[in-house]
Amino acid sequence: MSIVDSLLLTLPELVLTGAALALMLVAAFVGDKATRFVTLAAIGALIGAAVSLGGRGVGFDGLYSADAFSDFTKLLIYLAAGVSLLLSTRFFAAEDRLRAEYPVLVLLATVGMGMMVSATNLLTLYVGLEMQSLAAYVLASFMRKDVRSAEAGLKYFVLGALASGILLYGISLIYGFSGTTDYHAIARSLADGVNMGELFGIVFVLAGLSFKIAAVPFHMWTPDVYEGAPTPVTTYFGTAPKVAAVALLVRVTIEAMGSAVASWQQILIFTSLASIILGAVGAIGQVNIKRLLAYSSINNIGFVLVGLAAGTEAGVSATLTYMVIYVLMTLGSFACVLQMRGANGVHVEDIQSLAGLSRRQPALAAAFAIFMFSLAGIPPLLGFWAKFVVFDAAVAAGLMPLAAIGIAASTIGAFYYLKIVKIMYFDEPTTEFAPASSYVESSVIALTAVAVSPIGYLAIPMLGAATAVAAKALF
Amino acid sequence: MSFPILSTMILLPIAAALLTIFLSAQAARVVALGTTLVLLGLGILLWDGFDIGGPQWQFVENAPIFGRFAWALGIDGIALMLIVLSVFLMPICILASWDSIEKRVPEYMAAFLLMEALMIGVFAAQDMFLFYIFFEAGLIPMYLIIGIWGGADRIKASYKFFLYTLLGSLLMLVAMLWMSREAGTTDIPSLMQYNFPVDAQTWLWLAFFASFAVKMPMWPVHTWLPDAHVQAPTAGSVILAGVLLKMGGYGFIRFSLPMFPEASAQLVWLVFGMSMIAVVYTSLVALVQQDMKKLIAYSSVAHMAFVTIGLFAFNRQGIEGALLVMLAHGLVSGALFLCVGVIYDRLHTREIARYGGLSNNMPYYALFFLFFTMASIGLPGLANFVGEFLALVGAYKANSWVAAVATTGIILGAAYMLYLYRRVAFGTAAGEDTASMRDMTPREWLTLAPIAAATLWMGVYPESFMAPMRNDVTALLARIERTAPAGDAQLKMGAAKPAQAHSAAHGEAH
Repeated sequence: MSIVDSLLLTLPELVLTGAALALMLVAAFVGDKATRFVTLAAIGALIGAAVSLGGRGVGFDGLYSADAFSDFTKLLIYLAAGVSLLLSTRFFAAEDRLRAEYPVLVLLATVGMGMMVSATNLLTLYVGLEMQSLAAYVLASFMRKDVRSAEAGLKYFVLGALASGILLYGISLIYGFSGTTDYHAIARSLADGVNMGELFGIVFVLAGLSFKIAAVPFHMWTPDVYEGAPTPVTTYFGTAPKVAAVALLVRVTIEAMGSAVASWQQILIFTSLASIILGAVGAIGQVNIKRLLAYSSINNIGFVLVGLAAGTEAGVSATLTYMVIYVLMTLGSFACVLQMRGANGVHVEDIQSLAGLSRRQPALAAAFAIFMFSLAGIPPLLGFWAKFVVFDAAVAAGLMPLAAIGIAASTIGAFYYLKIVKIMYFDEPTTEFAPASSYVESSVIALTAVAVSPIGYLAIPMLGAATAVAAKALF
Repeated sequence: MSFPILSTMILLPIAAALLTIFLSAQAARVVALGTTLVLLGLGILLWDGFDIGGPQWQFVENAPIFGRFAWALGIDGIALMLIVLSVFLMPICILASWDSIEKRVPEYMAAFLLMEALMIGVFAAQDMFLFYIFFEAGLIPMYLIIGIWGGADRIKASYKFFLYTLLGSLLMLVAMLWMSREAGTTDIPSLMQYNFPVDAQTWLWLAFFASFAVKMPMWPVHTWLPDAHVQAPTAGSVILAGVLLKMGGYGFIRFSLPMFPEASAQLVWLVFGMSMIAVVYTSLVALVQQDMKKLIAYSSVAHMAFVTIGLFAFNRQGIEGALLVMLAHGLVSGALFLCVGVIYDRLHTREIARYGGLSNNMPYYALFFLFFTMASIGLPGLANFVGEFLALVGAYKANSWVAAVATTGIILGAAYMLYLYRRVAFGTAAGEDTASMRDMTPREWLTLAPIAAATLWMGVYPESFMAPMRNDVTALLARIERTAPAGDAQLKMGAAKPAQAHSAAHGEAH
């Protein structure tokens, strides 16, 4: 494959990179006045990148692969990035922190994510991951005059750098013992038995990646970063990078380590159960809605890993289904959090301020309740289907204890989701919220709420077919 | 394909629920009552159109629109009777809440309509996962009903209700996933004929048991029920006792017995043991309750134990008796909660000691209350008697010890119900306010009189209710009879040779 063909494969990334560079110039020349234009242009670039998906093949001598799997996950990433950009303008305008660099940083992070999900070589993986992370560190501390935001950025950076170091160490071990960084070559090397060095390499790589997806025991940064980062950034962190990191983990485990399932399956089972249980227990005592959603994301990653731990095609397809539904629920819940503005327009994050919301803003409360019941996995909401497919995959792979413990532990999770519904519906109203005045936020809430409502079940055959095609690309 | 009456019965209340949210309080009441009456009419059409002796599954609909599972509906006689019970109680619930619910009426009516759709869905679902979705989804409206419109301690009760039932059901989901893999289908009628490996059956049975035992509820996982009943508004208690508890028994009939006959036979000791404890223990607990609703809640647990004993007797009398107890208990306990609601609306307390002498100032009320008290005790000629008698006959054929212990439950039942009635209706009034309470209003007449008529009908001529279910019991028996554990009663039909005294005496009972 010639260099031109290889470059054409990366067309979505090229579109985004070109747009990011051009918009950076606009930002430099016009300044912060152009923020709204830059935001819209960035969303346009994401749509353009989505349209230019569809290339098939392996480029750059095996460094980069464009297939159904990468297309599916990139589409999801672009969707999540686009919606979080849409939600950002109003928030930053209210805080008087409208900066034209913000959409550019989001685009650059998204380019990194595209590299992550297409990487078929440990080095592409690392470069993509770092590109995404560096932009993300800046985004986390975007409200730099706010102490919590600055702290979030610093924490994210220090712990992220540590995780990158662990990951790189694992990569070097794998390279040292198998003599290659190419996924398929590693798989061939692991097929004739896993030696001690390779095993350590696998453990370190998985540890580094667990940090990126915020799985227990590498989850400590999540609550602080989610709470400290500005809410639109948290929305972004909760969706797009999660999809990218999970997709990356899927590709590494299936394509590079698929011949040594036994050596990583137990690790995933442990992180999965630990995330489900710790995410659920940790959330119970939270009083800040963003912290609570951070623990909820840890909890959800646990369920995602249940599907991946199966190590089968059905498991990968289930993981992707879960991510789609998870992204919808997360976007919706954070859009609801963005609507939590006190009477003076200042954002509040205290869960108690939701008290009696069902009487003040019935529509918002109903949507929030739908997201909470859905995250808890209660039928007939779509969140149930997400859990259904991952546990189905685990049961089919014979992982009965994992399925039984995991699903029983989801009852603990249901408790704190119920707590939010209780506060909104059973408690007496206390604080007054400013009325909803943003069509963007309201329509995002309405669309995602309809999507996770029982109406979303009609999309199951389509979703199932799409994820099955995407999963097939890895086997 | 003919008119999809079951889909209509599920989708109509959902549509009405969405409509009521946007209406005023009075309009919401009217719409809710109208919808439930239309559904009652559809339920009667369903009963009328049901071909007794025809195919086992009727009104079948199947639309594979969800990929892994289908929108598959269809009913047999058992499901038919439970659907009829649900649509019968629903307009009564709406009427009972007409004045007593004052805040957030549109949402309340919407929650009840949603509840009705989900209950019909549970009984009509022919796909295992569709069943699960309806079964679980019912938690959401009930959680809101208890939590928003409940009594003082409603929040704890709503949590307890939700989490208790959720934990049980989730284990059932894992079992369902395994079953759909093993059998390659999610169609309930096919699964009812599928022979699962015997060693796997035990685990599957236990997983389903975890769910149904909580829902039923069986001792010792019944503790959510008294809380939920006491805190729920009157109509919520009626639906909870009248229909939701029946889902557990329905689950045993639909899943546990026909799908895992071997495991059911092996674990019959567990069911019998728990039921025997429940009958005696909860009856004794009911005897010392100070709170009327709690007393009736504990009596529900005792009555449900008759259902489980009858079902796991593995014979026709037991199963038919259990089915009749389910229907009768749905009517009678619902009516008892309505009776409590009538006086609660006047005095706003459920404490038994605050009442007394009601037969003086509320004679009609005392009459109805007496009628349903007698029905609950199992007076011949009223609904409960037929079912309990058959269930005990069945139990005796299976195990005479179980029958002996269960029969004490009837005596204890008479004790706590009569004691309750004496304290509420006889003697002197506890205070001025009690003595000055007015008798029943026409609206309250409208809620209690239909149930009284149905109770009498079921007691005098149970055949109307039994006829649609008889063939289904035959089909179930054909499935489970090969594994039925040997009974200890050693009954001998027809005295061809000199029989022993006790078995000859019992033989006449047939």
